[in-house]
Formats: sequence, C-alpha cells, structure tokens
Amino acid sequence: MTLDERYINGLVLIGLLALPLWALATDEPFTITLVTRAVILALAAVGLNLILGIGGMVSFGHAVFFGIGGYAMGILAYHAQTYTALDLGFFETDGTNSMPVIWLVAMIMSAIVAFFIGLLSLRTSGVYFIMITLAFGQMFFYFAISWAQYGGEDGLSIYVRNGFPGLNTLVPIQFFGICFALLCIVLFLFSRLQSSPFGLALNAARQTNARVETVGLNPMHLKLLAFVISGAITGLAGALFADLNRFVSPTMFSWQLSGELIVLIIIGGVGRLMGPVIGACVFVALEHFLGELTEFWHVYLGIILLCIVLFGRGGLIGLLTGKEGAHV
Amino acid sequence: MSFLTVQNLTATYGVSQALFGVDLTMAEGEVTALMGRNGMGKSTTVKAVCQMIRSEGTLTLDGLNLHDLPSHKVARKGVGLVPEGRRCFADLTVRENLVAAARPGDWNMAKVTELFPRLGERESQRAASLSGGEQQMLAIGRALMTNPRLLILDEATEGLAPIIRQEIWAALRRLKQETSVAILLIDKSLKELAAVSDKAVILERGKTVWAGAMADLTPEISERYVGV
Repeated sequence: MTLDERYINGLVLIGLLALPLWALATDEPFTITLVTRAVILALAAVGLNLILGIGGMVSFGHAVFFGIGGYAMGILAYHAQTYTALDLGFFETDGTNSMPVIWLVAMIMSAIVAFFIGLLSLRTSGVYFIMITLAFGQMFFYFAISWAQYGGEDGLSIYVRNGFPGLNTLVPIQFFGICFALLCIVLFLFSRLQSSPFGLALNAARQTNARVETVGLNPMHLKLLAFVISGAITGLAGALFADLNRFVSPTMFSWQLSGELIVLIIIGGVGRLMGPVIGACVFVALEHFLGELTEFWHVYLGIILLCIVLFGRGGLIGLLTGKEGAHV
Repeated sequence: MSFLTVQNLTATYGVSQALFGVDLTMAEGEVTALMGRNGMGKSTTVKAVCQMIRSEGTLTLDGLNLHDLPSHKVARKGVGLVPEGRRCFADLTVRENLVAAARPGDWNMAKVTELFPRLGERESQRAASLSGGEQQMLAIGRALMTNPRLLILDEATEGLAPIIRQEIWAALRRLKQETSVAILLIDKSLKELAAVSDKAVILERGKTVWAGAMADLTPEISERYVGV
C-alpha cells in the first residue's frame, strides 16, 4: 500500500504538534524538549535540503552556518547578560536578549559567510565541492576552538534563555511553539521556492548546467543564491539550537554535525519537503531510545541508514509513497 | 545591416581546428538552412554563435559583439537554441520545463501549448517519460519561452517518426508565417528545408562554400556539397 505524500506531510506535522501537547498534558517536559530538538535539527536540514535536494550540491560543511547562528546567539546574549560592550571597531553594542534580533543577526551573518564560501566552492563540483566545504567547516571549527574570548574549546554558557515578546521562552512548550512556527514558515517558503521559476531553474541546473545557460540563466548565480538562502536557514536553526541548550561550543561547527544533517535528509528523503523533518524525528528518537540502551547507538543508526540507501533510495517518504524520486 | 553576422569564423577543439572561415548573414524574420555533410562544422558553428565554445572572427547579433558575452547572456539577448539530442530537464514536468525557461515576451504557456497541443495534454508529465518527438517539441517550446529573436534548431527532426516530423515542420512553417523570429535550421531533410527556408548556407570542411537564396540552390550544388 502506498500513501500520498501530502497526507504523509500533513500527518507528520500534526504528529509533531500533538506529541508535545500530549507531553504537556501528561507533565513530561523532557519530551517537549526532545521534540524541540528534532524541530530545530529539521529546520537546519531543511536549509541543507534546498541545495542538496533541489540543487544537487552536497555541502559537507553546513555546520559552519549552524555554528555561526549558535555563536551569534552566544556572543550577543553573553554581552547582554554580562553588561559588557561588544566592540566591533566600527560599531559598539551591548548585545541583546531579544530572539528576533538574534535570529536576524544569525541569518545575516550566515548569509554573508555563505556568499563567500559559495563564491569559492561553487567553482568546483562533485567530490571537490564536498572537500572544499568540509575544509571551510574545519577552518571555522578550529577557529572557534582557539577563540578564548568566547570559551574556546569549552564553549559558552548562557544563564537565561533569550526572550521573545509576549512569551516566556523558559517554558518548554512556549519555546517549542516558537521553533515549530519557524519550521512551518520555512517549510512553506521551501515549498513555494521549490515550485517557483527559481526553484525549477535550480533543479534544472542540477541536471545540466549547459542547458540552463541556453535558456538565458547563469547556473552559478542560481546555485550561489540557493547556497546563501540555505546558509541563512541553517544559521537560524543554529541560533535556536544554542538557545535550546543555553550553550554554544565549537562542536556546532564539527564535521560530524555536517554529516548528521546529510543523514537526516537521506533518512527522510532527499529533495522531499518533509524529508528532513522525518529524518530529524527518527534521528532524535533513535538517539534517545537507543542511547538509553547503549552508547554505541550510532551502530544501529548506521544499519538503518545502510538499509535505506540500499533498499529505499527515496528515503522513508520514498518507501511510503512508492516513489523513489522526489519529483512527480 | 544584417541581424546576425558571422564572418570568417574559426574555432578549434583543443588542437583540432573545426571551423576554417564560416560566413553567414541573416536578416530579421528570415529562415536560413545551414547545410553540409556530417562533420562539416554545422553544429560547431551553432555552438560558436551561442558562445558554448571559443571562436574567432566576426560574430554579431543586431550589432552586438557576441564574443563579449557569456553563453547565458547570448541567450538573454535573444538567441534561443534547440540543441542536438533534445535534452530537456528530465526530472521536471512539461509545465516546469517551460516555466523554468520563461522570459518576458509574447511567448507563454498558452501559446506554446497551442503550437504543440501534445505538450498541453502532457503538461504534468515528467519530461523523461515523454516520447522522443514530444521531448523535441518540449525543447522547441522551451526555447520559445525565452522569447528569442533568433531560434536555432540543430537536427530537430532527427530520428523521429514521420508523423511527428510533419508536426514539427508544420509548427516551424507557422512560426515563419505568424512571427518575426529569425530561424536558423540544421536538418538532413532537404525537401522540408527547401519548403520552409528563404536562404541556404552550405559548409564544407568548416568553411562556407555556398550561400544564396534557397530558390537558387540547384540540384547540382546540393548533390555536390550535401550529397542529396
């Protein structure tokens, strides 16, 4: 029996909303935090899915943007909470505890860095693109380790979660609500982008660069724009992730995290709207339940990933819908 | 001044020279057949016009030096190419193929599907699942969606069923009658080329050896240079 992808998408979103509400009713705040973690990881992977799923660019350094988002939150909140000025040379600020401002800074910083990384790395393709993005990831990782002012290898703790107007973000369900709403907005934008002329041209550029040029489009520009948007989304997720943990550390820049984001997409379905969401839910569930049984839970994750790659190339959505490809 | 001017065009693939001096001029709205046996430089000339390969010599479109432009900008200036071997965006549907290529102008989905009703019937079908002829129609439709002033078709009817070839030739005749787009055609069917083209340019060993009105192309000339 196969299911329509739209029903699956709807069910996943309903489930994602229902689970924390059930946890709220049964007074299980940890479950809410767990689902929030899945939602944030899903958001980061939706960003990657834009370039990986539609544009065919396998970025093995997307943790760079996750980390930038995290450090944007960490640095701004640290200065606001310690009442110390953040001196950028040309500009001085006291930092902020406002989530919307932090998100904006995280997205802008990630987009700027994505522009420069994309400008250099998109000159390559295939395995060289993977390697160059990995190299950028490692550069940022080691930079963060040596950045003593903001905790170096130990990272940076934030005492109080940042604020959102009208909400108490320290209440798990309210913070979940913010993250879930952002995920829904980004998913909506992703679906619109996917079917827009830009998204279609990006998809076409994945298939053949030369043919895209014959219709008057520059594939490099298309891919760079997608890379920048993708970086900004993942940066936003990074800021939320840091706020969830009230902690930011160089591991947010690690290549393992870049790999995990790819794994989330492959588990759910590459190029599928809800692929990263399903992948993130499965990943967090396995991490939690198998993690309780054994610390080597990654072995089981590896087996599941192997089975999906070998027997269900469209990811879990591909298996459920009976359609291997993300398209039509 | 002619719309497209190609003078003494030379091009090389690595160390092998493919074009030795191609001359070709086209007026706006004119249909020109680019003829010659296999391997004489027809497709290479088209690639050079579209800046898909490096070339030397005069190459202007409406007075604009095409050598100064990258490939995608040549397309934006109004050169629509239907490449050899069709090559649609296989993972996109018919509609998506057309939407992805759309640029402002007279040509839109409705006009393309009116020209090729088969495309309208298969609007939401993946390009990869279309027949060869339908893919060719899609490739032409996609080029038209860019609203070109010069449409180039490289072997557009090659390997297609006779009934599909007729549909494509009928569409090209309509384009000639109803629009002002200039068309540069490469095809093996001399009879069909003669029926639709105003002019012919014949290449041999990468060089223009004959150019003139289609009406002046005698059987002797075509036998000598084209082999039919």
